[in-house]
Formats: sequence, C-alpha cells, structure tokens
Amino acid sequence: MLLKPNVSVHNLNVFYGKDHVLHDVSVEIPNKKITVIIGPSGCGKTTLLKSFNRLIDSVDGVKVTGEVLVDGENIYDPKAEVTHIRKKMGLLSQRPYPLPMSIYDNVAYGPRLCGEKNKKKLDRIVEHFLHTASLWDEVKDKLNSPAARLSVGQQQRLCLARGLAVGPEIILGDEPTSALDPKSSKHIEERFMELKQYYTIILVTHILRQAKRLADYVLFLYMGRLIEHGPAKEIFENPKEKMTKEYIQGIIS
Amino acid sequence: MDKKNNIHVRRLEENIFKSLMVFSTGAIVLALALILWTVIRKGLPHLSLGMLTQAPKSGYYLGKDGGILNAILGSLYLTGGAALLAILVSLPVVLYLNVYLKKGSPLAYIARFSFDILWGIPSIVYGAFGFTIMLLFGVKSSLLGGMIAVTFLIFPIMSRSMDEVVRMVPGELMDASYALGATKLETAFKVVVRQALPGISTAVLISFGRGIGDAASLIFTAGFTDSLPTSLLAPAATLPLAIFFQFGTPMPEVQGRAYASALTLTLIILVISVAARLLTRKFTKHVV
Ligand SMILES: Nc1ncnc2c1ncn2[C@@H]1O[C@H](COP(=O)(O)OP(=O)(O)O)[C@@H](O)[C@H]1O
Ligand SMILES: [Mg+2]
Repeated sequence: MLLKPNVSVHNLNVFYGKDHVLHDVSVEIPNKKITVIIGPSGCGKTTLLKSFNRLIDSVDGVKVTGEVLVDGENIYDPKAEVTHIRKKMGLLSQRPYPLPMSIYDNVAYGPRLCGEKNKKKLDRIVEHFLHTASLWDEVKDKLNSPAARLSVGQQQRLCLARGLAVGPEIILGDEPTSALDPKSSKHIEERFMELKQYYTIILVTHILRQAKRLADYVLFLYMGRLIEHGPAKEIFENPKEKMTKEYIQGIIS
Repeated sequence: MDKKNNIHVRRLEENIFKSLMVFSTGAIVLALALILWTVIRKGLPHLSLGMLTQAPKSGYYLGKDGGILNAILGSLYLTGGAALLAILVSLPVVLYLNVYLKKGSPLAYIARFSFDILWGIPSIVYGAFGFTIMLLFGVKSSLLGGMIAVTFLIFPIMSRSMDEVVRMVPGELMDASYALGATKLETAFKVVVRQALPGISTAVLISFGRGIGDAASLIFTAGFTDSLPTSLLAPAATLPLAIFFQFGTPMPEVQGRAYASALTLTLIILVISVAARLLTRKFTKHVV
C-alpha cells in the first residue's frame, strides 16, 4: 500500500499540432527520491515534466494520449480536477517568476487559494516554508516588499517556498538552476538534497555533472523517446543502451 | 578600401535617418506647443475663479456674468461614468481574449479586428447610434444618454489598448499561478491584472481623455443646459459643447471664454493624468 508510486506514466504520447514530441513514454517514478530527466536540448524534457501537472494544457494545439497516474488517479481523465492535481506538485521553472506581489503574499498565494484566511496561520506557514527554502533570514525584515526586488537566486528560493506552501507531495523542477549563479545553484541543490526525505522530486537538467550529484534515478530522453531509465549508478556507470553511453561520454549531445 | 566606403555609406545613412527622427520629433513637439500656447494666450486672460465656480447666468453667451461650472461638472460626471462603464465591459473582454482563448484563436482575431475598425468610426456616428438606442428605450437627451454614447465611443480604444498590455504578460507568469492550483479566473484577477496595472491605467486615461474632449457624440445624446447636472435623466452640459457654443457667437469676449473653457478642459486632463500616475505608482511597485 505504501509502495504505490506517486507518479507513473503509461504510453504517454504528446503532439504539438502535427509534431509528435513524446513517443510512448512509460515509466514509474520512485517515491521520495530525486529522479533526474536528462537528454539533449529539444528532446522533450520540459514537455514530459509539464505533462505531470498538466501545465501542458496551456500550449496551443497540444494533444495528449496515454495515462499519467498521480496517486493512482489518471490526471488526463476528463473528470479529473486540474487545480486539485496541481496542488499536489510544486513547480520550479527555468527562470523564477515571482508573482507581482509582496514576498509574504507570494508564499501565502497557494494557501489563500485553498481558503486559508487566518492571519496567524498564514504567518506561520509563510515563516515555516521560507525557513525550509532557507530564505527566511534574508527576508524576514522585508516580507512586505515586492518579490521582484529580490536577486534571481533569492527569487528561485522564494518560488520553492511558494510551491511548498501548497502542501505538495511532489516537486518538479525544469532546469531550476540554469538562470542562477554557481553559489545560488549550490544553494538550491542543497535544498533538494534535504527535501528528498519528504518529497518525490523530479528534475530536468542538461548539466550531466549536476545530474550525477543529485540523481537517485535517471531517465534518459532522446528525440522524444525514453531510451533508458534506472537507478543513477546503473545509468551513469553501466548503461545498457549504446546511445545512453554515448550521451554520458559526451559523444552525442 | 571597399570596407571603408561601406562604413562611410552606413554612417551617412545613420546621420540622415537620425536627422529625420529629430526633425519629426521636433515638428510634433512644436505643433503641440503652438496649440497649447494659443489656448493659453487667448484663454488665460479670460479665465477667472467666477468662471469655474458659477453656472451661466442669463446673458452669459452675450458677454454677461456667469461661468461654465455646469459644463465642467457635466463633463466630469459623464466621462467618469462612461469610463467606468467601459472598464466594466473592456476588462472582462480583454481577460477573456488573453487568458481563456488560445493565442491563435480565430475568435480573438475577429474581436481584435473589430475593435480596430470600431476605433476608426467617427464619433458623430456613435452619437447617432446612441440616440437610436435611447429612442428604443424612451430615454431623452440626458446625462445617461451621453454616458452611453461615450461608452460606445471609448470602448474600442480602451479594450484595444488594454489588450496590448495584457498580451505582454508572460505566459510563464500565468503558468506559475496555475501550477499553484489557481483557476483561470483567479489567475486573471490576482496575477494578470496586477502585472498589467500600469498599462491598464494608461488605457483608461487615454480613453478618458478621448471621451472628455469629444463633442460630436454628445450633440444628440446629452443635450445641453445652463443648470448644474443633478439627475441622470436630465440633459447635461459638457465642456466640448460649451466651447462649441461659445465659439459660435460673434462676440470676442465670449470667444475668449471659449479659449478659457478649452484651457480648463486641458487642465482637467492634465490633473487627472498626473493624479492617476501617482496613484498607479503606489499600486505597481510589485510588478515583475
Ligand atoms: N509550444 C510549442 N509548440 C510547438 N512545439 C514546441 C513547443 N514547445 C516545444 N516544442 C517542440 O517540442 C520539442 C520538445 O521541446 P521541449 O520539451 O521544450 O524540449 P527540452 O525541454 O528537452 O529542451 C522540441 O522539438 C520543441 O521545438
Ligand atoms: Mg526545456
């Protein structure tokens, strides 16, 4: 009962108009681990990640077939409630997009959508998750100032706190460190290492070294196909597929 | 050698086009300054406190005592009401086009295209249209009638200029809100409107300026009266028509007051623009 995966994908196909960008992807994402999606740019990593929380719905002319089960529920079922699904996941995008409001209101945004109005509770939530994202000490004196005035690195941690405040089980990250300087990137990576005890984390990266530092489980995508997936050690040290080996050795990119 | 030549040509191009731009900018600024100067030079001597604080007394249009308070209030009420009505219609339309419809939607294309056409229709036509509608509902020339005509007149301007700024809100920002479990409606009002607020307020200002300066749409719809506006259903005076009537008399004294009224109208627009800018600045410090 406990071993049911948070996310499992069955025969997922995604089309953008006539372009077939994901071919028949099937995989089970292990719980409470960091799963890293690697592959060259344009291979469909972002698309796969966005199909986990149906953010892909906002793309023009998108068509999805197959299933993505989150906690056993097919999120592409016409009866599925999309806002409910999304509350189970926090998202970090390539560039942080703080909402046009204060630092406090950014973190309180999700809980407020769920109807939380109690000021004391909100205060506690905001403080707690800013701590978790290790941003609290830097912003505790300016919670009411605009989020846009934070540095990009701080904004990304704010987005992490904001995502966690919704109470998700899963954290999705689409190259979440690619806009950050090395120090901020390290900061974010450390958070992921702490958070994986409590959350199922799925990260996209095209930086192999980062993948090696973080991954417990790896998916290798190439031209929209899931070439190979398995525990990080296996994929990095002893890949079964020739293509995976070549990608890891830097022969193809 | 060839390369050098090329650089010469390019530098020449650069200079020619720069001069052209400077010239055009200069010409526009000069024209504006001339108009303003004329209004100020001819209007200021006739502008007095009495003119701003009294309704016309009998014989005002023949050069006797009184003022244009009726028209000032009428214009403010009428355009203010129209701007409000136009916001109530434009904002939902613009949010629908940008948040609910996909980028390539034919409906969005048709809507934008219609706004562009509506924008170009002369305001007298809106007046006539408003008048037809009033007849239909049995409304006589009145503040309300004028308000409705001006709402029609400024709706395309407001929608189209709001649309331009709301379109600039990054899709990723909206996605960030969706990812937190927000619905489209919540995203539209809590994120998109906030992010686009400076542009939205500019759109409202432009429309207000266009509405308060228009005479033709009001001739049939608002009527004119020398008393202060007190009822939505009674005729109301407006500044553009007051200016028009005063210019229409042969008396230099009254024509001077027409310039003074025009100056008043300009000042009203100026004051409202500045006030709105200051207010928006207070609300927009959060824009990312
Ligand atoms: N909005 C879109 N419309 C059409 N095609 C897209 C869109 N976004 C991405 N694509 C295409 O889909 C493929 C996969 O893109 P993506 O998932 O962004 O790859 P990655 O994140 O691995 O770089 C690419 O070929 C890309 O050109
Ligand atoms: Mg990508």
